[in-house]
Amino acid sequence: MEWRDTGIVLGSRRFGETGLILDAFTREHGRQSGFIHGGNSTKKRASFEVGTTLELEWRARNENQLGNFNLSEATANRAAMFMSSRLSLTALNSVTSLLNTSLPDGQAYPMLYDATEFVLDQLGDRELWPALMVSWEVGFLRTVGYGLDFSKCAVSGRKNGLTHVSPRTGRAACGEEVPEYVDKLLQLPEFLVNSEADASAEDIGKGFRLTGHFITNRLYAEAHKPPPGSRELMLRRLSDMEIVVF
Amino acid sequence: MSKNLIGPELQRVIDLIGKLPGLGPRSARRVALHLLKRPDTLLAPLADALAEAGKAITKCSVCGTFDTVDPCTVCSAPNRDLSVICVVQDVPDLWALERAAAFKGRYHILGGVLSALDGVGPENLNIDSLIARASSPDVKEVIIALSATVDGQTTAHYLSDRLESLGIQITRLAQGVPMGGELDHLDEGTLTAALMSRRGLE
Repeated sequence: MEWRDTGIVLGSRRFGETGLILDAFTREHGRQSGFIHGGNSTKKRASFEVGTTLELEWRARNENQLGNFNLSEATANRAAMFMSSRLSLTALNSVTSLLNTSLPDGQAYPMLYDATEFVLDQLGDRELWPALMVSWEVGFLRTVGYGLDFSKCAVSGRKNGLTHVSPRTGRAACGEEVPEYVDKLLQLPEFLVNSEADASAEDIGKGFRLTGHFITNRLYAEAHKPPPGSRELMLRRLSDMEIVVF
Repeated sequence: MSKNLIGPELQRVIDLIGKLPGLGPRSARRVALHLLKRPDTLLAPLADALAEAGKAITKCSVCGTFDTVDPCTVCSAPNRDLSVICVVQDVPDLWALERAAAFKGRYHILGGVLSALDGVGPENLNIDSLIARASSPDVKEVIIALSATVDGQTTAHYLSDRLESLGIQITRLAQGVPMGGELDHLDEGTLTAALMSRRGLE
């Protein structure tokens, strides 16, 4: 088996003296791991930092083998760009560790891949990326099977006035339709249903609380593991810098 | 090679040598044979040196490096600058900085870096002892000399957060073009870091 694809580095670990096992999220082949001969050498190692986009060539006898990445050329060195920014670096870690710990091997998600490339490219702009990150997390949850449905109210079928989300089903609801349950529902910020709406610090906080509920209590709880600490660190930094209000 | 061909003592030596970094079973056999051929000049002195080191070498209770005295030679040296602590990941990093002979302060060995993939959290590193040392009124600056990797710099930012409240100067090593480095041969990541860390000509 052999293919060429573009992929984002999700993680790497040393193997032997100079080898490296690379985990990458590729556009057409999903999450893939492969061995890189000499990948841990000082000359090559910088290309395999998380968040880097690479042109990859993967080769194996069959699709279930670990395989080798034979060629890799970096097209975006995000780690080097964001290394000096504590906020951007935690966001980069959060995205890559969420993908690395929850995506199944070999399952392609081209739309999630494109969205990930886009959000990673915006990490230098702190005015922009926190709201984008909430939207990315919603898309990520939808992609991995936790279908958050904000298209209409689960109670009345109305398509406007959506203010809350059921923590159980992930479906949106109009708070005024179910006043007795509002305290038990998660708040839905307007920018997630209306792309033209502004995202205030409070709205972004509501968004992260909403996605955080499904990431922690569904995605990772069902896998019997805690969510990556890097997401928590990112939220703490955003809160400390008053970019997000929880 | 069949294990029956050699005695259990030699096999044990080969097995132990084979556990050293960079050595597999075949290399371990070659090393063992090399030692056996030089019993007086290499085997016996090496065995004595290892036994002596095993007894005498201890971990410094202040910085965490290995030495025969506690506190170590660096921590107890009267001519070292008390006001600066350089945080390094592990003992080889301390040795590298000492080889450069450009730093005259004291060190603190962290024992690793934060890594979500390897499950290394703040509780697994010597961070509390660093905070305690940096809280001393003598300390004016902490230099974070961790590797230029995502994990290394994530740890650096985490330490910076923890040390911020102490009101001391927190610095980190520069990143960019190495001495004697030609731009054409540098990887894109190093070049990007070098451009972003550019400074005025003095």
